[in-house]
Amino acid sequence: MTIKAAPAKSSSFLSGLLRHQMIIPIAALLILALFNLIADPSFFRITLGYNSAGNPVLSGYPITIIDYGSELAILAIGMTLVTAASGGQDISVGAALAISGSVMLRILCGTNTSPAELQAPVIVAFLIACVVSMIFGAFNGSLVAFFRIQPMVATLILFTAGRSIAAWINNNELPIVNDVSFTYYGGYLPGIPVPTPFFIAIICFIVTWALLKFTNLGLYVQSVGINEKTSRLNGLNPELIKLLTYVLLGLCVAVAGFIKVSRLSTINYSVIAKDIEMDAILAVALGGNALSGGKFNMSASVLGAYVIQFLTTTLYKFNVQSDALSAYKAVVVILLVVLSAPVVREKLSALLKKLRPAKQAQQSV
Amino acid sequence: MKARRILAAAAAAALCFTALTACGQTGGTPSSGGNGGKKGLIKVGIINNDPNESGYRTANVNDLQNTFTEANGFDAQFKYSLKNDEQIDFAQKFIQDDVDYLLLSAADMAGWDGVLQDAKKQGVKVILFDRTIDASPDLYEASIVSDMPKEGETAVEWLKGQNLDKYEIIHLQGVMGSAAQEGRSGALNNVASELGWTIVTQQTAEWSAEKAQQIVQSVIDSNKSFNVIYAENDDMAKGAVAALDKANISHGVGKDVIIMGFDCNKWALKELLNQNWNYDGQCNPFQSSYIKDVITKLENGETLAQKTIIMDEKGFDAATITQADVDQYGIGQG
Repeated sequence: MTIKAAPAKSSSFLSGLLRHQMIIPIAALLILALFNLIADPSFFRITLGYNSAGNPVLSGYPITIIDYGSELAILAIGMTLVTAASGGQDISVGAALAISGSVMLRILCGTNTSPAELQAPVIVAFLIACVVSMIFGAFNGSLVAFFRIQPMVATLILFTAGRSIAAWINNNELPIVNDVSFTYYGGYLPGIPVPTPFFIAIICFIVTWALLKFTNLGLYVQSVGINEKTSRLNGLNPELIKLLTYVLLGLCVAVAGFIKVSRLSTINYSVIAKDIEMDAILAVALGGNALSGGKFNMSASVLGAYVIQFLTTTLYKFNVQSDALSAYKAVVVILLVVLSAPVVREKLSALLKKLRPAKQAQQSV
Repeated sequence: MKARRILAAAAAAALCFTALTACGQTGGTPSSGGNGGKKGLIKVGIINNDPNESGYRTANVNDLQNTFTEANGFDAQFKYSLKNDEQIDFAQKFIQDDVDYLLLSAADMAGWDGVLQDAKKQGVKVILFDRTIDASPDLYEASIVSDMPKEGETAVEWLKGQNLDKYEIIHLQGVMGSAAQEGRSGALNNVASELGWTIVTQQTAEWSAEKAQQIVQSVIDSNKSFNVIYAENDDMAKGAVAALDKANISHGVGKDVIIMGFDCNKWALKELLNQNWNYDGQCNPFQSSYIKDVITKLENGETLAQKTIIMDEKGFDAATITQADVDQYGIGQG
């Protein structure tokens, strides 16, 4: 009895694993890791050194990935919620990020574009930027929720206008923060050799995890995404839930913007976080989440974000022209879309079924 | 459904902004100039791009406004737009107002034939600055522009003069195909292949500090050695320096890595003054003195030696730069 049961159980476990959402980003991660391992094992070397301020820092490609992938991971959190609730994506995150970064520098620098000292504490600037960014999120959210505009069209407004608004906030000047302590958030805290953005991403992830675990937010978002009418009949307010997800994305944008402006202590409105919206959406898709809304898996999206950075870093390592990066990402998108198409899925599962009896037959022999 | 959404997203991304390139392009062929003019205040209509386009443009606009004043004998009107059709409208209004000179920095190269022919009929003299247009040289008196390949050559000549034991260069390019990128890349490529300099990495960072930082970070992670960073604008040089600071690689005068930038932003010249960078090439936004010169000559009935006037552009060396240079040539604030 027990001998007979064992293979059946393991195969169901295997197929369960295959059906699990995490399989897509994990598989992508493994493929990339394997590729790098074969091409050049030194990719995974990490060394401990010191930066020019004399603080210990870890360096190496893996560190670069967790460092630069963090903004994307934070944006992916918000983008997952927006996607799940409204069945569409916010394409204005890059422009909104420019706005929140601009607000932050405006407050830190005051009217002087390059003050010797900070004109306000970093935390104050950060909180105000959060509020502003959430207001812009609410603007997008209300267009989607109350006016029922397609998310991609609704956010096209801010996508087009955002960078001009960002420039206008600072009178089109490019403020520079000279205080060293401002660079900690996009660099390294003194004495800690792991890049700070990674810690900020972890904090964001834990907060979101707790929010989904201890409140009904996750359930509400999914039910609104799956069927708006039935959730209304069950006493939910779909408009409010949708609005809430856009406001939360606004918060994520502010955090990511904070890291971005801290990295260079300045901002360039036309190029900061350029095309990041595409990467954030790709992270959600790579996490195996349906872009048409409904069920979602937050961890998969976050892992998806780091996988995208893994891909970017790998391509940079092999000296691929950086303006060709998006072409490689497009290949990933095509693969994902093809693999998730119902026709292909049916064919694949049929193929699996064919293989399985053969395996079981072998095992019984 | 999914596929359609992603396609829509991709289409939206295509709408993305193209990065700003600071300067215009060179062109035009020399031929004879015009003559004659009225006395008293000279009526000038100036059509420029939006002053908020870039630090370069802001400096350019300020320079023109400070030169074409009543005290200097000019009755000047200014109009700004980044759109060609609006600029053409402005030009037509200026022609109706019967200005003596029309100064033009065109948003697009094409579409100016008709309005410039009107100007010629009305006896309005046209002077192009910063950017050239696709029109017969007969339609304008002079064209005052930057020479991007020369900017690159000046910089590379300086680099050659450093007599380093070895040249291992990280080359950060601007948006591919822009005049500034082609001019500045071409000069380096020529000399590098001629003298056998090693180009460790040649990548476009699309004028972006963020991308430059990642590219340089990638070179550092790969443990390749390098001793020169040739960035085609100041922003990219700044991004590269951020990556070097993280890895504790010293840069600047007498240090391990030579940093080169372009555009002469004031903050960048300050980095030179502090010996953190080594070289910054100018992209001259100060055309007004050249324009004034041309107008004076035309008013006196002289003919211009050549139609296309290429401005002097400096390259600053950290070893010789002074605070006065920073104040005089630095673009923007900070």
